[in-house]
Amino acid sequence: MRIAIASGKGGTGKTTLAVGLALTADRPLQLLDCDVEEPNCHLFLQPAFHDSRGVGIPIPKVDVSRCTVCGRCGEICQYNAIVALRTRPLVFPELCHGCGGCLRVCPEEAITEAVREIGVVERAQCGSIDFAHGRLRVGEALSPPLIRAVLEIAEDGEGITLIDAPPGTACPVVAALRRADCAVLVTEPTPFGQHDLELAVEVVRKLDLPFGVVINRAGSGDDRVQRYCAAESIPILQEIPDDRRVAECYSRGEVPALALPEQTLRYRELFGRIVELAQRSGSAHLGEGRRA
Amino acid sequence: MKILVTAAGDSLESPVDPRFGRAAHYILIDSRTGEHEVVDNPASTAPQGAGIGAAQRVAELGAEYVLTGHCGPKAFRTLTAAGIKVVVGVEGTVGEAYQRFLEGGLSAAEEADVEGHW
Repeated sequence: MRIAIASGKGGTGKTTLAVGLALTADRPLQLLDCDVEEPNCHLFLQPAFHDSRGVGIPIPKVDVSRCTVCGRCGEICQYNAIVALRTRPLVFPELCHGCGGCLRVCPEEAITEAVREIGVVERAQCGSIDFAHGRLRVGEALSPPLIRAVLEIAEDGEGITLIDAPPGTACPVVAALRRADCAVLVTEPTPFGQHDLELAVEVVRKLDLPFGVVINRAGSGDDRVQRYCAAESIPILQEIPDDRRVAECYSRGEVPALALPEQTLRYRELFGRIVELAQRSGSAHLGEGRRA
Repeated sequence: MKILVTAAGDSLESPVDPRFGRAAHYILIDSRTGEHEVVDNPASTAPQGAGIGAAQRVAELGAEYVLTGHCGPKAFRTLTAAGIKVVVGVEGTVGEAYQRFLEGGLSAAEEADVEGHW
């Protein structure tokens, strides 16, 4: 079962929640940090990585002696990563999305694939947690291929995989959610929290994913998120009360779910509800054949 | 010879658009006849690589010189590969810029004058 922890708004507590769930779970599980632009689960887990591998995307390599500068590669490229003007083709590898279009349209077969590394996937065992994350190279704009590479580690079957998704509602989030069985959307009870939650809800609905909401720092704002969820029939899986001690823990690099006993209880409750949601959706999926 | 000036509007009285890749319009002036035409810049809304796309467009139009405010490294590389010379730091209206160019008051840049996404 793959459970993605996501949110529209950044800083609502995805990582705190994902790490807290992993550390208080009643069973071994996987935790995959897919926020590859700035992964931070490892700050709390302090893993000793035993495995690291580079991840690349295919980029065009042009055999200049065969190129007739016909320009078709530039016409098909939606990202302006290759152009052929007058005398020679120009490739801008940092703009290439690796779609392979230029290679297919080249009538002279002058283009072959080379690989450009965009980041690494690192893996470690942290107690009972099978942990992995992706680290995108600094300055790199294209994260989905690296996110997909991290997700290749995800188990199939009954074991639980927690996916710490990147913030926002764009391609990186979609890449992280695409192979999930359900999603947990973390928000906070503020106007910004609600606004970005609505965007995240649109995304998970479009992806046809079962989901529930966790309200973090509950009590710090108002009841607008509860009202929104009630109106939309969205289950609220847990409310984690606003507590100064959580911030104090965090500032020391500790995990509130472990350090504060009443938080531990809330995380365990939440874990149970998420597993239930994932199981229900799993059987629903089979019934409706949505995974086909 | 065709000279292309990046323009914020669609006439010779419009100010020079300081951006090359995401310029609102291009005004192409034929120095032989003195006539000009306004052409669109489809790259102005490109998600990425606007300078490269724009340079392709300029090459298709057959311009030999580009007069603009700033030009980033990718656009500069593409324009240079197409044999197009770039004049940066151009200000005032399109018409004024063209006049200054004809009088020899503007010279081509050796390299990009700004980083990408300035």
